[in-house]
Amino acid sequence: MPRLIAKSACDGLLPVTIGSVTLSEFSPDAITSLAPFNGRAAAVSGALKSAIGAGFPAANRCTGKAGARVAWSGIGQALVIGPRVEIDGAAMTDQTDAWACLALDGARAGEVLARLCPLDLRDSQFKTGHAARSLLGHMTGLFLRTGARRFELLVFRSMAQTAVHELTGAMTSVDAQA
Amino acid sequence: MRLAGLGLIDRDTPLRFTFDGRSYEGFQGDTLASALLANNVRLMARSFKYHRPRGVLTAGSEEPNALVTIGRGAAQTPNVRATVQEIFAGLEARGQNAWPSVNHDLMAVNDLLSPFLGAGFYYKTFMWPRRFWESLYEPVIRRAAGLGALGGDADRAQYDKAFAHCDLLVIGGGPAGLVAALLAGRAGADVILADEDSRFGGRLLAETEEVGGVPGPDWVAGVLAELSGMGNVRLMVRTTVTGAYDQGTYGALERVSLHRTDPGDAPLETFWRIAAKQVVLASGAIERPIAFPMNDRPGIMMAGAVRAYLNRWGVAAGRRVAVFANNDGAHRTARDLARAGVEIAAVIDSRPDAQASGDYPVFTGTTITGTSGRHGIEEITIPDRGDTRAIKCDCLAMSGGWNPALHLTSHMGARPVWQDDIAAFVPAKDAVPGMTVAGAARGVFSTAGCLADGARAAGKALQALGKPVKKPELPQAEDGAYALAPLWQVPGKGRAWLDFQNDVTVKDVKLAAQENFRSVEHMKRYTTQGMATDQGKTSNIAAMAVLADATGRSLPETGTTTFRPPYTPVTIAAMGAGGLDKGFAPERFMTSHTASLQRGAPMIEAGLWYRPSYFPAPHETTWREACDREVLMVRNAVGVADVSTLGKIDIQGPDSARFLDFVYSNRFSTLKPGRVRYGLMLREDGHVMDDGTTARLGDRHYLMTTTTAAAGPVMMHLDWVKQGLMPGADVQFVSVTEQWAQFAVAGPGARAVLDLVLDTPLDPADWPFMACGAVQVMGVAGRLFRISFSGEEGYEIAVPARFGENLFRVLVSHAESLGGGPYGMEALNVLRIEKGFVTHAEIHGRVTAFDIGMQRMISPGKDCIGKAASQRPGLSGPDRDQLVGLRPIGAVQDFAAGGHLFADANPATAKNSEGYVTSVGYSPVQQSYLGMGFLRNGRARHGETVRLVDHLRGIEARCVVTDPVVFDPDGGRMRA
Amino acid sequence: MRIPCPICGERDSREFTYKGAAVAMQRPDPDAGAAAWDDYLHLRDNPAGETRELWYHGAGCTGWLVVTRNTLTHRILAAGLASELAR
Repeated sequence: MPRLIAKSACDGLLPVTIGSVTLSEFSPDAITSLAPFNGRAAAVSGALKSAIGAGFPAANRCTGKAGARVAWSGIGQALVIGPRVEIDGAAMTDQTDAWACLALDGARAGEVLARLCPLDLRDSQFKTGHAARSLLGHMTGLFLRTGARRFELLVFRSMAQTAVHELTGAMTSVDAQA
Repeated sequence: MRLAGLGLIDRDTPLRFTFDGRSYEGFQGDTLASALLANNVRLMARSFKYHRPRGVLTAGSEEPNALVTIGRGAAQTPNVRATVQEIFAGLEARGQNAWPSVNHDLMAVNDLLSPFLGAGFYYKTFMWPRRFWESLYEPVIRRAAGLGALGGDADRAQYDKAFAHCDLLVIGGGPAGLVAALLAGRAGADVILADEDSRFGGRLLAETEEVGGVPGPDWVAGVLAELSGMGNVRLMVRTTVTGAYDQGTYGALERVSLHRTDPGDAPLETFWRIAAKQVVLASGAIERPIAFPMNDRPGIMMAGAVRAYLNRWGVAAGRRVAVFANNDGAHRTARDLARAGVEIAAVIDSRPDAQASGDYPVFTGTTITGTSGRHGIEEITIPDRGDTRAIKCDCLAMSGGWNPALHLTSHMGARPVWQDDIAAFVPAKDAVPGMTVAGAARGVFSTAGCLADGARAAGKALQALGKPVKKPELPQAEDGAYALAPLWQVPGKGRAWLDFQNDVTVKDVKLAAQENFRSVEHMKRYTTQGMATDQGKTSNIAAMAVLADATGRSLPETGTTTFRPPYTPVTIAAMGAGGLDKGFAPERFMTSHTASLQRGAPMIEAGLWYRPSYFPAPHETTWREACDREVLMVRNAVGVADVSTLGKIDIQGPDSARFLDFVYSNRFSTLKPGRVRYGLMLREDGHVMDDGTTARLGDRHYLMTTTTAAAGPVMMHLDWVKQGLMPGADVQFVSVTEQWAQFAVAGPGARAVLDLVLDTPLDPADWPFMACGAVQVMGVAGRLFRISFSGEEGYEIAVPARFGENLFRVLVSHAESLGGGPYGMEALNVLRIEKGFVTHAEIHGRVTAFDIGMQRMISPGKDCIGKAASQRPGLSGPDRDQLVGLRPIGAVQDFAAGGHLFADANPATAKNSEGYVTSVGYSPVQQSYLGMGFLRNGRARHGETVRLVDHLRGIEARCVVTDPVVFDPDGGRMRA
Repeated sequence: MRIPCPICGERDSREFTYKGAAVAMQRPDPDAGAAAWDDYLHLRDNPAGETRELWYHGAGCTGWLVVTRNTLTHRILAAGLASELAR
């Protein structure tokens, strides 16, 4: 029996570069949501740290680095992005296929997002290592600042086409304005 | 007339544009108004009601008269203020509210009728006969009155909306705003400086003053150079802050490309939502006209505007200019014009003690009592020793003083306060939290005063922000006192206009008072004073003064109307930017979307999702043929449907069973791992919220399924129950809707199809009805649930979404090899109607568990959401409309949901309605339409005949009331 | 309008959903009787002044918030997590 064929959320849509900003898709090996049970937060964070070198993040923050990140994704919950983990004491759910993972790179990436997202994304307020759930147009999404000129955002897989449509529209508009 | 050597325009960049079809030349930096004045075009518009010839009155966004239409077709924009529109090469502008042109307007006949068209005329005149209103009066009035019109086609132009955040928003880039931005920028605050003009500087661009020993515009340029060098200051020119909202949110409209010949991919306008911790409002002041007889002729302008056209745009508004004022400031207009070589016909100051001199005739203690001139002013009249004297002029510069532009301070409900010495309203103290008003916007009118006040406001804002405040060194500037004696109206023969745009005169306001519309709000609505697109910026205060006089009250007693957002008109397309077409709502696609489209399936929307309606086979010409075939295919062979849109929530933790027992009406703590149970969820008010199956994957691990529509609301509900009602419960849940692609495989051939994709064939002994478990699907870890929404032996097979498209194609191809295939929403609906399964067509929010026959699913012996309320009298019993099946008697033309049910003998009136139809479908198995609906005491009426009447669609059918379950009532097939 | 979420800080109101008066947290006992349930489900004050309301931060941390707000001035006086206030 042949093995099932995989297809990424933004298959055939990305990358796109408009002016100085590039929108691309990245595909982590795994995304696992992690929600420690009562009284287990410290233990879970410790176990996570020894497993992948990054602990459970504070609210609206991200730990780790590219390839092994833990991003806060709501009250008492984080996404382990990259390595596959098995941690005791937490509800763990495979979310690898639930998200379209997008990266927005470029000096004007913040200006692009400001057309769609009500977050305060100023460099002084949303620094590298910050994470926030908010809106991208009408969609909810998880926003990560992973570099001075790079944002990563996770949106529902089923809305990948709309996200790409909205973002490329904003990129076009920003690029046309000096 | 353009004067050499004056102004801030770029004379090296000439631009050609047209107005009313004629070509003119202006320069880069011109507004349409300045360019037309430079070309000696005074007549720019016709008034709203009387079609009076009108010229430009002001030089700013408060302009009531010079409204034009820009562009053509879909891009046509009406009611553009010529004073705001910058010219560009190829600009096409037209006068409006006139036919055939503003110069020759046949509707000017209205002006002759003006004695009959006073305030409230249509309330009085068109009272009867009543039927004439819609057919005759309204169309005629609408055609005669009005401003510009839209092109009629959808506007396809690009608009944007965007968010911005700052420590300090400075509104207005005149002297006060520039100083405030500069000091805050130097102190390290994140500053946005916004000005509605095309360049910063405010009045300094329009005057001949020096600041710090250099010409005003040079000082402005120096400040701007420093500001643009700061990384923490954002300069937003052409950006009008239009509204102040709660918690420091401001709306602002940026004119991004309205001054460009070709915007390319840039938007025409961007609507900004700015969140600011502190705000300095330095929006300046608006000069007010004087209501003297026949004060509306083209060429009659505000004195400050005449100065602005001269000093900023190098344009003399006339060759022989008269000035009429009640204050010192207006005398500058005469001095500046005279210095530029323009003849001053006269300066008339209403104050007997006015100190004025110049090389021109000055009349003090007198007023203008009349004007003449057909398409523009030619002559003014003043009293002269008991007689009158006529003075020839082609421009009259008037000034009744200045009103602070305090509109934004009223947007949160604060009322302006009257200040006697400047005879104007000023902002109330602490009108908007976090906002400090500075400069002319709070009645500080000298330049030195504005600079100092801007510094004071910056200091206050910085202190609130916790930033260092240093004592600033301010440049030298003009510091003259502002002296005026109020003059609102001049009696005399002829109409004296207050609101130029809506054609409201002093007489109209007096008539309103006389007819007892004495409150400002009543007068406003009776006369339409201040209700035009300019919202009475130049006229409201004078109209209130006239009303105060007519009612014998003081101005503060009379009060003001309420200023509301927006400050200036905002293009709807800018507020709704991004909402056209695909931007209206996100599209959610299942993994099978492309494959379904390739099979020609039309999509229907299910919330944000797109689901295939049916899969047409060759030779099928109607959806019904496809639907009937797909239903029979599932009943007789096997069908495959993508059901990934159903909400899936993963629930884990020691308290998960207790949690589910509380949110569901029935028990889940007793469910065995590896089994699935149907659950009913109630709202706390006892009505059904949602239903679905929940699987127990492990001892402390469940997977809940919601309906497609309720996935979001159920998630919110679970969050509520956990956080608000069960704090401390050790349960965690997360949506996995997006993680899994899930397909229903249903029909007698379902197991055969599954065996072709599962790595290990199914052992029927391990997979009874309502079993679930992990499976390997073509090398991939998946899940299988033996559940059925069709009444056949059915399974739902789930794999991670990235494999969804491939699995769908494989399942469909295997199904086809067994005489089956894919089925869509239409067939799915018929299958479930045959089985009497409910959807949100039935559980629509007003039905109880009792109504749908599921009252026994509210478990005794435990509490649950909605339990207490469901036991309320009135939510169960024979008076309730109860779920029934309906089958038409004999042949029917049509049978549709939405109709009402009536006892056979009763007339089909609302009073006699005994229920309604929620779902219908044509059952090819029963060879009959089948319906589901609610009927009063319906469960006791099986076998009875009722009449279905749908007045809207013209459907009438007699039906037999049946049990909702029509097909395989004992469920033998799905348990097979 | 901006709401100070105790978890996320001040956020735009479009991330939130208004969910009615905070009295929803005082759920009566199952057998409290019809009057208590009627009051809990259907009867609400409409104060001109301070009021406690529930807001769901659905496009943020998914927290249910109890926001104390003045209906006359629109000033927000406090915001706390329902999960902490309910304990």
